[in-house]
Amino acid sequence: MDIADIKRPENLVYRKPALITDNVMHYCPGCSHGTVHKLIAEVIEEMGIQDSTIGISPVGCSVFAYNYIDIDWEEAAHGRAPALATATKRLCPDKHVFTYQGDGDLASIGTAEIIHACSRGENIVVIFINNGIYGMTGGQMAPTTLIGMKTSTTPYGRDPKLNGFPMVIADMIAHLDGTAYITRQSVHTAAAVRKAKSAIRKAFEYSEKNIGLSFVEIVATCNSGWKMSPVDANAWMVEHMFRKYPIGDIKDVLK
Amino acid sequence: MKEEIIIAGFGGQGVLSMGKVLAYSAIMQDMEVTWMPSYGPEMRGGTANVSVILSDSKIGSPIVTRYDTAIILNQQSMDKFEKTVKPGGLLLYDPSGITRHPERKDIRIAQINAIEVAASVGNSKVYNMAVLGAFLKIKPVVSMDNVRKGLAKCIPARYSDLISLNEKAINEGHDSVLIINEI
Amino acid sequence: MAEKILMKGNEAIAISAIRNGVDGYFGYPITPQSEVMETLMKEKPWETTGMVVLQAESETSSINMIYGGASCGKKVMTSSSSPGVSLMCEGISYMAGAELPCVVVDVMRGGPGLGTIQPSQSDYDMIVKGGGHGDFHNIVIAPASAQDMYDFVDWGFELAFRYRNPVVILSDGIIGQMMEKVELHPAKPRRTAEEILEAAPWAVTGKPAGRPRNIITSLSLDSDIQEVFNQKLARKYAEIEAREVKYTEHLTDDAEYLFVAFGCSSRICEAAVDELRQSGIKAGLLRPVTLYPYPFGRIGELAGQVKSIMSIELNLGQMVTDVRLAAGGKCPVGFYGRQGGNIFTPEEIVEAFRKFNNLK
Repeated sequence: MDIADIKRPENLVYRKPALITDNVMHYCPGCSHGTVHKLIAEVIEEMGIQDSTIGISPVGCSVFAYNYIDIDWEEAAHGRAPALATATKRLCPDKHVFTYQGDGDLASIGTAEIIHACSRGENIVVIFINNGIYGMTGGQMAPTTLIGMKTSTTPYGRDPKLNGFPMVIADMIAHLDGTAYITRQSVHTAAAVRKAKSAIRKAFEYSEKNIGLSFVEIVATCNSGWKMSPVDANAWMVEHMFRKYPIGDIKDVLK
Repeated sequence: MKEEIIIAGFGGQGVLSMGKVLAYSAIMQDMEVTWMPSYGPEMRGGTANVSVILSDSKIGSPIVTRYDTAIILNQQSMDKFEKTVKPGGLLLYDPSGITRHPERKDIRIAQINAIEVAASVGNSKVYNMAVLGAFLKIKPVVSMDNVRKGLAKCIPARYSDLISLNEKAINEGHDSVLIINEI
Repeated sequence: MAEKILMKGNEAIAISAIRNGVDGYFGYPITPQSEVMETLMKEKPWETTGMVVLQAESETSSINMIYGGASCGKKVMTSSSSPGVSLMCEGISYMAGAELPCVVVDVMRGGPGLGTIQPSQSDYDMIVKGGGHGDFHNIVIAPASAQDMYDFVDWGFELAFRYRNPVVILSDGIIGQMMEKVELHPAKPRRTAEEILEAAPWAVTGKPAGRPRNIITSLSLDSDIQEVFNQKLARKYAEIEAREVKYTEHLTDDAEYLFVAFGCSSRICEAAVDELRQSGIKAGLLRPVTLYPYPFGRIGELAGQVKSIMSIELNLGQMVTDVRLAAGGKCPVGFYGRQGGNIFTPEEIVEAFRKFNNLK
């Protein structure tokens, strides 16, 4: 049996989603971004909405998301993706519009934009990657950094007297009448990945119903920033991050 | 023909809208106009003023400091604007609430008791139109026909029944003006 | 015959946006320009032309909404006044970097800081020279009447789309707050989806199979790629400078003295010129209508003809540096200005002129 015999269609058990480009990803090995990108690409492909989807990438590690998913993209200034999405969706109401933002982008510099987009009930999808740290700039404290967690700007651990407390964004915006679906997921196991995918799909479906903003938080690892191996990072996330950011649906107006 | 006018009084006296009716009437007469209000905190309950320029030709500076006509509706405005009337110009004022009457001899001075006029018409809100009528009696810079057209442009369609009331106030003001000083 | 309406400059912006097929307006209240959004909200254009109007949570957000809307190839605009425009500068830079067309109206007030709410021209440097970080130019057009405010919206979008570049309508509290007669030219419909695809093939409209994806971004990270892009911008700016300079002149043919003034100052200056002419002094006025590109060439020519030039501005002397540059040392260049929201009169300008030129 040679390689050509093995590469037959009937032997196919897994393939790269059609909407993931051939560009080499710049993400670190072990990073959660690649998995989430794949899920979004699969959802768009399965829903058949490639030609009506507009993505908005943030500033942060996922700034280059536009290099990896084969759709039209806008690259926003730091924190402003929900503002771009607001206008894009209102001017093009027949499109599926989503933002993809990290915790520094969404929960720090972009708090005003995300809160008001939620409050206005924009019919967009927000994918929020929460790994408790700034990845791209080299591991500084984020608003979501846990108490005691060491980062390059909290070298002795986050001290609430000095740095305040972690921000639990999903629960905050659940109080806003403009949000329709809010869930917190992760992608550290096969089962979690499947659940995260159905949450993302649901968010895109909700955005078609014009019932408000759908928000999918992915509690994620940053093994480089956390200075751990990918496996240890996953274990640390389960033990510490999930305690502050528990997994599960937070709000669903259709339930 | 070019007429540079300052209208000054308290906020609520209809100073800005009087200027607007006058300006719109002039547009109906195919003239050029500028309407430049004072704006900002001083509008909140304090004095309000608007300068209106009407001209047969293109208007350069909308900012003037000397006026052909000053229409003055409170004491603060009297103190501020009496001196800005050009020699030979007109100062029209409402004497109610005025403690120091104008003293210049080189300008025409006229009074309009617009509160009385408005009361006789039966609506205090047309106070400003009584003043406008008085002004147009002395300086008929726009025809009454065009004033009617200007009014119609300024009053939203849903209040069109108020046009006749405003017209009445203009006519009454027209007939009630009192000349104090001729030159 | 076009309808003639008495309206404020700010109202003219709003009415023009509706009548000229603008797709979206996103703004935040600030004196002295709040009438723009108030007028739009009152007119409810979403029920007639389908134009989107939204009150954003901040100027930062409004400019980024414009970024989003422009990315889709839509005609989108915002308006604000000086402090709000400072906040927008980040977004303007991003739009210049992403080569997005848009129209931003700055109804200037006195500064720095919170300053005053009265008229000023002290954002000249910010908008003409800067308007955000990085190597770029806004196209800057300066209205001097309510009619200009009406006309410049459509002209602004024409320039913005021709060059894929932000256009700033640099106005002021006088032009915004003053009512004048405005002729409403025949209305222009909003562009259809097909027309957008044709006018803006770069826009994000959803990627159909068979076309490469459209990406709106100002990021490159690679110095060589960025430099190539910067040089592309430079070629675009050279073209703008060659083709789009616009100015008006008043009595310059035989002028021995020249004033240069833009926006509301140009009108006050025109009255000063007329006053000087009456006393036998041959004064003239050049009003730059485009501030970028600037009429360096024509001012330079006139500098060879006149005895002196004065730049008249409602600030501490910002445009005067460009006038000096244009004059190239051919004649003395002076400046007169008022600040803080105060406005000069024609008489004041004449007095300053006599002083500068040692004339009785």
